[in-house]
Amino acid sequence: MKNQDTFKGNLGGRISYAMRAYAPLMILIGLVILFTFISPNFMTSYNIRILIRQVSFTAISAVGLMFVMIGGGIDLSIGSQIILTNIVLSIMMVDFQIPLIIGIPLTLVLGTILGIINGMLSIKLKIHPLIVTLGTAAIYKGLGFIIASSRNIMGFPDFFRFFGQGYIGPIPVPIVVMIIVALIGNFVLVRTYFGRYTFALGGNEEAARLAGVNTNRMKVTLFAICGFISAITSILLLSRVFAGQTSTGAGIEFDCLTAALLGGVSFKGGEGTIFGLITGVLIIGVLNNAMQLASFPDFSQNVVKGVVLLAAVGFDTYQKNRKAKETVARVAA
Amino acid sequence: MNSNVVLSLKDITKKYPGVLALDRVSLDFMEGEVHALLGENGAGKSTLIKAVAGAIDLDGGLITVNGVEHPKMTPHISRGLGIEVIYQEFNLVPTMSVAENIFLGDRTNKSILVDFKTMKTKTREIFSLFNVDINPDAMVQDLPPAKQQIVEIAKAVSKNVKILIMDEPSAPLSVAEVEHMFDIIRHLKQSGVSVIYISHRLEEVFRISDRVTVMRDGQYVATKLTKETNRKELIGLMVGRELKESYPARSNPRGEIALEVKNLSGNGDKDISFSVRKGEILGISGLVGAGRTELAMLLFGADPIESGEIWVEGKPVQIQSPQDAIQNGIGLLTEDRKGKGLFLEMGVGWNISFPIIRRLSKYGIVNTKTENEIAEKYKQRINIKTPSLMQRVINLSGGNQQKVVLAKSLAAESDILIFDEPTRGIDVGAKQEIYHLMRELANNGIAILMISSEMEELLGMSDRIIVLCEGKLAGEVKREQFSQDYILDLASGTH
Repeated sequence: MKNQDTFKGNLGGRISYAMRAYAPLMILIGLVILFTFISPNFMTSYNIRILIRQVSFTAISAVGLMFVMIGGGIDLSIGSQIILTNIVLSIMMVDFQIPLIIGIPLTLVLGTILGIINGMLSIKLKIHPLIVTLGTAAIYKGLGFIIASSRNIMGFPDFFRFFGQGYIGPIPVPIVVMIIVALIGNFVLVRTYFGRYTFALGGNEEAARLAGVNTNRMKVTLFAICGFISAITSILLLSRVFAGQTSTGAGIEFDCLTAALLGGVSFKGGEGTIFGLITGVLIIGVLNNAMQLASFPDFSQNVVKGVVLLAAVGFDTYQKNRKAKETVARVAA
Repeated sequence: MNSNVVLSLKDITKKYPGVLALDRVSLDFMEGEVHALLGENGAGKSTLIKAVAGAIDLDGGLITVNGVEHPKMTPHISRGLGIEVIYQEFNLVPTMSVAENIFLGDRTNKSILVDFKTMKTKTREIFSLFNVDINPDAMVQDLPPAKQQIVEIAKAVSKNVKILIMDEPSAPLSVAEVEHMFDIIRHLKQSGVSVIYISHRLEEVFRISDRVTVMRDGQYVATKLTKETNRKELIGLMVGRELKESYPARSNPRGEIALEVKNLSGNGDKDISFSVRKGEILGISGLVGAGRTELAMLLFGADPIESGEIWVEGKPVQIQSPQDAIQNGIGLLTEDRKGKGLFLEMGVGWNISFPIIRRLSKYGIVNTKTENEIAEKYKQRINIKTPSLMQRVINLSGGNQQKVVLAKSLAAESDILIFDEPTRGIDVGAKQEIYHLMRELANNGIAILMISSEMEELLGMSDRIIVLCEGKLAGEVKREQFSQDYILDLASGTH
């Protein structure tokens, strides 16, 4: 983001700034080069398309999470929201024969409401969103299980396949949706006053309030955005799996969170870019994909992902601390 | 005071990228003296302290303590020698008791269990030395800043302090509390402790110190016996030229009433009424805790009003949120500019335009061209020293940060500005600029409310002063009645 650029007077500073800003990208490029050499099936157009489609669902939800995170919050209920909206949409289509033209908007509204509930609870109970969404995650998931009553809901109209399995030209629909969501997300964050308010809320909530921002309304809105976007992911995933299951989307928030942190979105709020986020999502996607190609056992994949996350965030924090120390010293001098 | 040198600094040099923070500074500190360190922001005082505390690696020079040379000072060695620093931000654990804080990191006995009894007894002993009454079991977070400060000093004393370094210790204290701290400092001095006292407040330096050293731009300038110098000379040494600490000339405000407050209560304030005219600077005086900042927060809609009315330009207005206040042309420059006034990680321009960013947007999209023009205009108008509008605010000096806060309110085109401690923690040169800006704004018809703990500033800048005491209006002082004693009388409720 242009407005966050730091003025850098000397070359050393410029290099360290570039390292920080582009570290995720360099990790991604490094991994791609590495796997291209290791595995001949990696760098094929077929595999790349699969890879991006694999990550597109995570990427879309991650954009929603990023809005909440830049505003200083966190949403651990994304996966549970997807489970609930998935089951509700399935039941609407199969049990009630509600046409998609009504079912899809209703699902988006439901997702938004789940987000609003998260937001209202955090501002009314004044509890940290981490705890609030940990609670609502259990509730949303539980509700999904109750109304699904251990069924595997099937029998969707055939053209519903389009969203998760179809193509627009040569590009799979989820990828198109991902690109649109990312572009809109970037535009809102960078170009609109709403984006400014979001960064301000996460950067210094009290200062934002004293500058006339309705911080409570902002928080609820950000959670609502996250819920709305989760509902989009939910619709795409349901179409892809083509059966209403309570396992769809479970745990996706951790991939989103990992991607966001890898991509430089600050856990404390006030910082983050769509570019970084997508890079983070791709790093996870490349790791998953390449390790599957190389038939790594599942568990060791988890170990690698964990190590990459800690290494990347650790490096970032180290850089920031060093910079902060220099700044403090310079200011104090 | 005797003539034993306890701490000797020779050619201390410290480089930061692009800055020579300390440039061959040589200086001696005597046993049992209170030695004030003066200088504008950026003069190198804080870096010098860090050097003595071993918190930074030096690029040159030698530190000698009690005749022993320490070519590489570390925090551990420094502490071992009895050097303790009380930083502006306290190093206390808020959720632990007073006694636990004082003995944090110390073991009073050999057992693996904490010996609370000894800890408490020793804590009481220290407090009785200071003649203060603080419960050793009290939680630090429940203490007011003044008492936390005393806990910090007690912590240093418990560690057998020989050299106590205090960085702006009076900033959070009221007049009476500063007195008490001075008593404690004098007491320490008698028992042979050397105190290095850093402050922006010159009058304190004259009251407490034996000698005073002035630094400028990382260099040693001069050391004077406090008795033999004066205010004017010190200011001259600090800024490197003869600078008269002067206040801009007043004009007689005869404008209409811009803001009128009628029987306002809330936030601990009770039944407060006053008015400000356009072009007038109304000083608001009172001790810490008198409800001055609380009044500002009420007027700005940041805290709820319980009863009473606010009138702007002759009409009653409803102010329930900062938004309402801003819409009615009221601007607030908070006393806590880092915590409440600025987005430190964001750029200068970003900060300036933030309060009006919605107005600068069409269909929600920010017009960045207009935004930059406005930010640039105010940057130039009040002379914010920054290499660019992109520079993060965190990298600016205190004075320039304060100007960014001011630019924010000006960009919002406020007609009524509330300045809460406008010059706290900023250097002499920047103070002058802020004073002139405030007067210029008043001359342009803006009504100003100025909360200040610096008496001289209040008397020098205000056209009229109201005094608060324990949440109530204690009195109104007209220009011809201005006197420090009278105002202090009103503020302490003795009148």
